[in-house]
Amino acid sequence: MADTTALLEFANKLKAKNAAWVAEVIDALGEVSIVIPRETIVDVCIELKDEHQFDLLADLCGADRGPEEDPRFVVNYHLFSTKHFGRLRLKVRVGEDDAKIHTVSHIWRTADWHERETYDLFGIVFENHPDLRRILLPSDFDGYALRKDYPLRGYEPYSMN
Amino acid sequence: MSTAVENISTGVEFEALDSALESQMILSMGPQHPSTHGVLRLDLRLDGELIVKAIPDIGYLHTGMEKLFEYKKYQQGIVITDRMDYLNPLGNNLAYVMAGEKLLQLEIPERAQVIRVLFCELQRIASHLVWLGTHALDIGAMSPFFYCFRHREKILNLIEAASGGRMTPSYFRIGGLMMDLPAGFDRRCRQFLDDFPEAMQTFESLLTGNTLWQSRTEGIGIISAEDAINWGLTGPCLRGSGVNIDVRRANPYCGYETYDFEVPTQPDGDVWSRFKVRMREMAESHKICRQALERLRPGPIKADAPKVVLPDRDDMRKHMDSLIHHFLIVAEGFNVPPGEVYMPIEASKGELGVYMRSNGGPKPDRVHFRGPSFVNLQALPVMSEGEMVADVVAIIGSLDIVLGEIDR
Repeated sequence: MADTTALLEFANKLKAKNAAWVAEVIDALGEVSIVIPRETIVDVCIELKDEHQFDLLADLCGADRGPEEDPRFVVNYHLFSTKHFGRLRLKVRVGEDDAKIHTVSHIWRTADWHERETYDLFGIVFENHPDLRRILLPSDFDGYALRKDYPLRGYEPYSMN
Repeated sequence: MSTAVENISTGVEFEALDSALESQMILSMGPQHPSTHGVLRLDLRLDGELIVKAIPDIGYLHTGMEKLFEYKKYQQGIVITDRMDYLNPLGNNLAYVMAGEKLLQLEIPERAQVIRVLFCELQRIASHLVWLGTHALDIGAMSPFFYCFRHREKILNLIEAASGGRMTPSYFRIGGLMMDLPAGFDRRCRQFLDDFPEAMQTFESLLTGNTLWQSRTEGIGIISAEDAINWGLTGPCLRGSGVNIDVRRANPYCGYETYDFEVPTQPDGDVWSRFKVRMREMAESHKICRQALERLRPGPIKADAPKVVLPDRDDMRKHMDSLIHHFLIVAEGFNVPPGEVYMPIEASKGELGVYMRSNGGPKPDRVHFRGPSFVNLQALPVMSEGEMVADVVAIIGSLDIVLGEIDR
């Protein structure tokens, strides 16, 4: 299993800078995940990009833990550094009633389409996103297809009209 | 003037549309345009032949694959991955099965690792050959296409010999390989590797020294290293901007750290640079294939995990427990411990990452594919704004996108 000491160091540095930024640190399967409160996402991302060289956002994806869970959704940010090759995952938990989170597309431009995809498939709204439209599904599609309570075959045959 | 989008469902923002149209034109390019490599539509706002604004429109090929994963057992998911980036199916297989193996914490035997490396590099050459042929065809050079597909055919034959499938091999399984290499594979593979350098020379002489080719590609579609990182580019597109990042080197897997190869980069960030990087990558992949063939030693090709890996046919006839395991794996699947992983590999187009989350059952809770094409296409407006319409064709070709992976 890969050594995670160097990655845990980033979590400790974040915690030392502002204790409110880090809610939980998960060290499992050779990967480090930092669970952060929703309000701090922009501050944490700027800090990680500017101070810790996480300059490439490799991936951003949502996940639905199921309608009975609270908070229901998780947004995962997979960060990568082209300088020290470290990989870090940020996790933000978002409730169903208030499925909103601030965009990070002004920090990494690549987040733009990832956020549109997450909005399209999970209905998580990214506030202040420059162009939050559906990206994979048609603009008049009803519902959010990757939610656990959305049936595999949809509700009715979809028509382009 | 600007009517900024406030309601998120209103659609594409064309501010001051009417007044702009006096001097400008909106051209919808695709989704059936041959140079868009599938079903990609571009909304181009043109001033004469100059591109003022380009907006890619994707989703025409969306088939809900990520949803489908959640309803299929782990081993059934492998066949879905073949159909994403259909020019690099073995790379998709690898990322998916390695994510599963990471969750299960399986040790993969040496022979299986070497065969995986060998096939991934063969597949990278095949994928780059399709790119080279179609890229040249888009720009107007017809003959490279035939040479490229002739040699790609030889690789597909090798893949077919091992797995039974040409475009959809599903050769890698969680815990190892579907089956061992057939008799005589070594000789056939060597034959291909012996012939390939001469083929490379043909490609080089057809295009690299060609003045027309150079003038169509040099200085077109420039993206700086800083922008490339900001837009999340990976693979040859990033290395074409002079950033030396390769997942095989940065976060090695399958024992890539023990192979001797170079990571080619070019400084300029234009179409020509990306062309040069991919051409040299084919030569490097050829080198890795040779090393992998030298390392092939007899040995097991499946991990020692009877509850996950299907037993050999022979064992099933002799041992009761093998038969039971086989029945259980096929009928009920195997349980994967709860957890989540992100498994990045260097696919032919860039970083292919699989996010897999398990909650303990035989089916994944969430599988997300970070396709390199999806991210690379997003940077198309940056590269194409200010260029001519004809250059967009060259730029799309240099990005090497596959819409099956973008739309999933």
